[in-house]
Amino acid sequence: MEDLENISVIKEIVSRMKETPGPLLEILHEVQGRLGYISPDFVPIIAESLNISRAEVHGVVSFYHYFRTTPGSRHRIQICRAEACQAMGSRLLEKHAKTSLGIDYHQITADGFISLEPVYCLGNCACSPAVRIDNKIHANVSAEIFDSLIDDLTRIPLKVIN
Amino acid sequence: MSDIHKKLFVPRDTGACSLGADQVAYVLENHFESQEIPIEVIRNGSRGLYWLEPLIEIESELGRVAYGPIGIDEVDDFINHSCWEVNESHPKYLGLTEEIPFLSKQQRVTFSRVGVIDPLSIKDYEAYGGFVGLKKALTLNPQDIVTAVYESGLRGRGGAAFPTGIKWQTVLDTNADQKYVVCNADEGDSGTFSDRMLMEGDPFCLVEGMLIAGLAVNSNSGYIYLREEYPLAFEVFKEALVIARKLNYLGENILGSGKSFDIEIRLGAGAYICGEETSMLESLEGKRGEVRPKPPLPAVEGLFGKPTVINNVISLASVPSIIANGPDKYQQYGVGRSRGTLPFQLSGNIKYAGLVEIAFGVVLNDLLFDFGGGTRTGLAMRAVQVGGPLGAYLSEDQWDTELDYEAFLKIEAMLGHGGIVVFDETVDMGQQAQFSMEFCKIESCGKCTPCRIGSVRGVEVIEKIRNGENLQENKELLVELCDTMEDGSLCAMGGMTPFPVRSALKHFSEDFE
Repeated sequence: MEDLENISVIKEIVSRMKETPGPLLEILHEVQGRLGYISPDFVPIIAESLNISRAEVHGVVSFYHYFRTTPGSRHRIQICRAEACQAMGSRLLEKHAKTSLGIDYHQITADGFISLEPVYCLGNCACSPAVRIDNKIHANVSAEIFDSLIDDLTRIPLKVIN
Repeated sequence: MSDIHKKLFVPRDTGACSLGADQVAYVLENHFESQEIPIEVIRNGSRGLYWLEPLIEIESELGRVAYGPIGIDEVDDFINHSCWEVNESHPKYLGLTEEIPFLSKQQRVTFSRVGVIDPLSIKDYEAYGGFVGLKKALTLNPQDIVTAVYESGLRGRGGAAFPTGIKWQTVLDTNADQKYVVCNADEGDSGTFSDRMLMEGDPFCLVEGMLIAGLAVNSNSGYIYLREEYPLAFEVFKEALVIARKLNYLGENILGSGKSFDIEIRLGAGAYICGEETSMLESLEGKRGEVRPKPPLPAVEGLFGKPTVINNVISLASVPSIIANGPDKYQQYGVGRSRGTLPFQLSGNIKYAGLVEIAFGVVLNDLLFDFGGGTRTGLAMRAVQVGGPLGAYLSEDQWDTELDYEAFLKIEAMLGHGGIVVFDETVDMGQQAQFSMEFCKIESCGKCTPCRIGSVRGVEVIEKIRNGENLQENKELLVELCDTMEDGSLCAMGGMTPFPVRSALKHFSEDFE
């Protein structure tokens, strides 16, 4: 069972939003925004508070690519796989990303730091290939630029060894 | 320097920011503040000349002059040369912005303010013709507004090109206690970004368009369905809504007219299918984004079962100028039944990528070469996909087609939302066709079998063809599968995925040998 704090967060969100028309997607956005993911354990709480079935809530959570049912990573990396990015080498870029991070799409690095996901268009098609890291979008991402973006994320202060 | 508070513009647009515009603006602001230089940094939208982004503009005695690209690596040099004093000899100096050929050859109507004004300044918006349409609409009766939109010849810019006036008429004529205006901002087509640019660069234009739609059909409630992949557009638009409410352009008794209207913006959750209008309605209602069978039309039974106007961002943003300047003015642009302008978006492997708003009737070749300058890699251009992932791939012999809805139908293609994606000679069209099916497989809502299963079989059979297995037999099978998907799918997802596949097979048959 999820801890009490999560339950109270979910109940607060639902009770605040349940009167707005068609609130479920909005509620799920806020739950994921605040708790990082939508655990299967959250589903009955949301369903009960909205007086709908668990199946309905589960059906919505599972329909949308954006909602995740397991804890996320510190940083989410999305590589655009759509045509405008393909035309500028995104297929090579995704290969490079998978190899250098050692994970496939929909996976998280062992340290829980980075997750890799495909995305179908970031609307940055004039500066392709495009990559989104959390809420920031990057342009003309070559393998080298990708590596330096990852370096920026993972850079930790070096210890000086005498 | 004589002038007080000169203005300098650095775009706050996803594309410009992806090239470093935020950092550039930050460095410049700090410099001006620490050196007590009286220059105000305005965060405008993008002009849509993406190879020049971040494009910095300065308001000078000559007019607005531009430098670009000024990324984070160039900003120190920009400062060292005091470029805000108009430094014509600077290598990044571009002269008057409006005279840059890519821009001066366009006919900017819907995008007339994008990149020009401060997107969140109502004062700027009004100074450039904003809210003239609304104020006029407030004096008209609903039927007059609908008639004006009908007479303008405006057709849905989301891709389906259905006459906007007819849609509005149906909603107006349907009696109900509640009606809705829904803006479809789920711009999921690859190669398209005009909705994003407009929402980031001129959000009040969309607010005004929705307000006028509300007046036209007697609705007091609007929703915008925006895709989650557009975080900056979401941020800018939310700010715009707060400002519009504060100044009574939204809310109760708008500008003392006795009319009320408000807008709520909701985020999608990464499902391409939710750009299909009935699927979008389901999603707005908080459900799985599964397609609804039609009829009933959304204009009769739409959001929460009520009559609903559903229009794309660009359709709604085209309305204010139609009402302000009259339908005849808008009608003068275009050819045949394609009236007005369309903001085309050049992307992919193209040298000068960006937004070109121009009247229908221009020849595709002109966009690809006169505006676009050929490929970015410098290799020969081979294939051009127009209209998003469900649009056909066109080969060189088709590039002399006029950009006109009907002319494109004739060559078994579509204009869609105006996205134009360019590929050079290294493209493998077998791979592209397979991707079209794969995309359909990933994004199908699953409600109808031809789309859900057909796409899976499509990926398999194209793979077999690419591996050289039973070529003739499998090609026939693929064509039959395309027929089934086209005839039997509930919506355009399954119904039009065959477009890119068939076109690849037909015009680039050598890649399937």
